[in-house]
Amino acid sequence: MIRVVLPAHLRTLAKVKDEVQLDITGAVTQRSVLDALEANYPMLRGTIRDHVTQQRRPFLRFFACEEDLSHEMPDAALPEAVASGKEPLLIVGAIAGG
Amino acid sequence: MSGVRVLVGTKKGAFVLTSDGTRKRWEINGPHFAGWEIYHMKGSPVDPQRLYASQTSGWFGQLIQRSNDGGKTWEPMDNKFVYDGVAGTHQWYDGTPHPWEFKRVWHLEPSLKDPDTVYAGVEDAAMFRTTDGGKSWTELSGLRRHGSGPHWQPGAGGMCLHSIILDAKNPERIFIAISAAGAFRTDDGGKNWKPINKGLYSKYIPDPTAEVGHCVHHIAMHPSRPGVLFMQKHWDVMRSDNAGDSWQKISGNLPTDFGFVIDVNSHEPETIYVVPIKSDSEHFPLDGKLRVYRSRSGGNEWEELAKGLPERDCYVNVLRDAMAVDTLDKCGVYFGTTGGQVYASADSGDSWAAIARDLPGVLSVEVQTLS
Repeated sequence: MIRVVLPAHLRTLAKVKDEVQLDITGAVTQRSVLDALEANYPMLRGTIRDHVTQQRRPFLRFFACEEDLSHEMPDAALPEAVASGKEPLLIVGAIAGG
Repeated sequence: MSGVRVLVGTKKGAFVLTSDGTRKRWEINGPHFAGWEIYHMKGSPVDPQRLYASQTSGWFGQLIQRSNDGGKTWEPMDNKFVYDGVAGTHQWYDGTPHPWEFKRVWHLEPSLKDPDTVYAGVEDAAMFRTTDGGKSWTELSGLRRHGSGPHWQPGAGGMCLHSIILDAKNPERIFIAISAAGAFRTDDGGKNWKPINKGLYSKYIPDPTAEVGHCVHHIAMHPSRPGVLFMQKHWDVMRSDNAGDSWQKISGNLPTDFGFVIDVNSHEPETIYVVPIKSDSEHFPLDGKLRVYRSRSGGNEWEELAKGLPERDCYVNVLRDAMAVDTLDKCGVYFGTTGGQVYASADSGDSWAAIARDLPGVLSVEVQTLS
């Protein structure tokens, strides 16, 4: 079971109160986690990564195990602690703007 | 008993204001989509319970929300706005080519006949349409590809398609306006478009009478007279009597003809409203006095409307989509400010009162007259 923590606005949009739990078969990567997240919560499509380019939105970042994983390749394996469900993948909005 | 529903989009959420036909007491519901920018909300003319909202954010991009119960509950719809084919380039502020990039939806215009058909004006400027209630969006790319697209440039607020007017008497005819490209018209339902900017004079562009490049802030039309258009340009208030083929200046005795909004009285097609703003570098009313100006002669002769509006120390702006009218008798006129006030007049503009005073900065105002 993969755990994902969403920013507050996306939790509201997805109608979830706490972290999201996802079942993923195969490699646990940014891409597979986001694919599963969007499959379970279609309203999140386009809000984390661009519909077409699949690029991460510039004001969002991915963290786990106290590491910034934002610039890792989409198909790179996420840390074992995320794959095992011990630690969540954090999707974090930039603290910026008004 | 008739009633009025005012749809207010703000920088931090959507608000729905309701009143009965007397328009004296108002109930405010919201914020919906708290914390998000709501660029525009509008209801279907054929199904007033069907509303559409453009919800956007610098962090999370664009969402389209739909309500089937007059704004009580909402459902996110498709938010995939993809330009048709190779998007190409337009001009950047410095004149260099810049890739067309979707940023947000500025305006949603529901069809006059079908609640599932809606037109969306977007930044970077293009027109999209849904025919399935927002489940999918397709670009009407004839506009962007008509020839002048690579020469369009953004205004200070971005290169946005902000005004869409549907012609009730001719379903094939649509008017749109883009900052800072100008006004355009299609006569075949959006396949082919032509610029309609003859008569506009913009001294701040290299060729002041160019076919495109004018910073049109808003256009308005009375539904009973589809050939007559009114325009608030960056500077200048303009009028066309031939569906945009040519324009004449009608600024007349306005104290300043810079501004953003313009609208037409629902019962008097020659009665129009603007909110004069001091200048393009000082986006607030003259002398700190918020004023609506009304012309009952289709322009040139304007009267100041002050009763109930701030007399001093008012330095708000009224953005381009933030004025609307109802169809009750007398005509109700509504506008919202960047300071979060929504003012309403139930007597065609003779007197005004704040029906909301402390909302987030208002981006758009639309009105539904309910029977």
